[in-house]
Amino acid sequence: MAKDMSFAAVMARKNEILMQSLGIDFSKFEMGTIAFDYEGMMASIGMDFDDITRIQLEQGVGATPMLELRNITALARKYAPPGFGARIFIKDEAANPSGSFKDRRAATAVHTAKRLGFKGVAAATSGNYGAAVASQAAKQGLSSIIVQECFDSRKIGQPEILEKARKCEAFGAEVIQMTVGPELFYKFLTILEETGYFSASLYSPFGISGVETLGSEVALQIRALTGKDPDAVIVTHAGGGNITGTARGLAQEGCTAPIIAASVNLKGLHMASDGHFNRKSFTTGHTGFGFPFATWPDRSDMPRSAARPLRYMDRYVLVNQGEVFYMTEALAQLEGLERGPAGNTSLVAAFALAQEMPQDAIIVVQETEYTGAGKHIQPQLAFARKNGLNITFGNPAEEICGENIILPQHPGLIAARDVEMAGMRKSLIRNTLQRMTPGTQLTDVDVEFLAAETKSSADWVREALQNS
Amino acid sequence: MIKAETWVGICATILDAGSRADGIPADTAAVPLKMWVKGYLLADCEIGSEAEIRTATGRIERGVLEEVQPHSNVDYGAFVPEMLKIGADVKKVLFGGEIHG
Repeated sequence: MAKDMSFAAVMARKNEILMQSLGIDFSKFEMGTIAFDYEGMMASIGMDFDDITRIQLEQGVGATPMLELRNITALARKYAPPGFGARIFIKDEAANPSGSFKDRRAATAVHTAKRLGFKGVAAATSGNYGAAVASQAAKQGLSSIIVQECFDSRKIGQPEILEKARKCEAFGAEVIQMTVGPELFYKFLTILEETGYFSASLYSPFGISGVETLGSEVALQIRALTGKDPDAVIVTHAGGGNITGTARGLAQEGCTAPIIAASVNLKGLHMASDGHFNRKSFTTGHTGFGFPFATWPDRSDMPRSAARPLRYMDRYVLVNQGEVFYMTEALAQLEGLERGPAGNTSLVAAFALAQEMPQDAIIVVQETEYTGAGKHIQPQLAFARKNGLNITFGNPAEEICGENIILPQHPGLIAARDVEMAGMRKSLIRNTLQRMTPGTQLTDVDVEFLAAETKSSADWVREALQNS
Repeated sequence: MIKAETWVGICATILDAGSRADGIPADTAAVPLKMWVKGYLLADCEIGSEAEIRTATGRIERGVLEEVQPHSNVDYGAFVPEMLKIGADVKKVLFGGEIHG
């Protein structure tokens, strides 16, 4: 009998489809009432850190340059109090084969697919990860299908996503382009079922472990260049994989530098809205992913996500679209580095935060991304203007998402605006409680789990539980 | 008539406007979920007619024939004069001694 391919029937088969397309039985890691063995899941992937490093180097991934941004640092010092203005370094992840750090995630995922005997890989992504999966599939000899959320209902596509489709096709991938909406996942599941391909999810332990080499390289390169550890590592934050993998890699090298997440503030824009889709200029690295994935990581396409950002985040700051465009142009004009805007989100934060730190401190921006037609600031600003957004110079703090893009009148207006971490942590606990089966109770194991999930203590969790 | 084995783009409706998932914004729920995919046309077909294609991975997909030999038209967009000011400004601050704020 033919399988029921209706939306409801396919979504009901979700866990079964994902288990078959990943080779992971997630149920064996469940503990307590709401907890699961995160480290056990991360250790179950059949590769250790040295294996991952070797696999990535074989595929031409990683070992990217660490560059000191002397002119950007000098610019920041113009606005810092005397003696302040940390040295800013940037990890040039655009040097990876498909142009972003996502190659690290894709290399391990595709390697695993091949090892397990899958003929192809599929991923649901509109971003750099699609290009990374397509590139690694090409190199490792597997087929690939990338499912993108690409167009609004008028078939007008974000230039950045259209460029990504082109790049995926350049690597031989099949690209499926969808209109706006979370039901893209339904189409993705039908593809997995039909093809029997490996689900190269952004959030699988294979993918996240692949980012650990990035954190390790940051620690080792900064030690080699400066003789000490970084004083802060800034990570552009969306789904949480970048921060999770980087932090775990830093820990691997015994580096305890504070991890600061940075996202573009897209307040007021709904990610699943057809009308809002083309009124934003950033398709990732923004609060539309940053907040929900931090406060409920298991919302991803995995039963249990390997990306768990609040476990690793020491501070979370927001920057605005106009500031990121401005800094992207400044990076080209002052450092001779033409890179994509999304990766520069953390550079904006670093520019502001460096001014809080003494001149001998080291602040690391841990990624760049490639740029090109569609992905460059020029087409993105032109697209925004065509969609009715007002582009002006002024105070970026006054930017209204979806209405205008305010480029800073001068660099002294660039700021990193703190998000209250306690509120985020409490939100994660609230989200967990909301999903508890009625009549069940939290055990000590669950409290310890929530303490790890929120980088807090069992006492803090107990107090938060009493007040929730 | 578009000949079989031509590389084409088709469009299919995956969910009708009334069948969208619960909880999505009203503007999205009011429109269908559509899909575009490319491949080789399996049989001669007119633009606007139902077609079957064989995709890059060898899958068969069905939908309305929309484009023949679809190409990427991504570019660098219209001129944005504001970009000229950014480079000039940061160089003036850094090398010309001007400080704001």
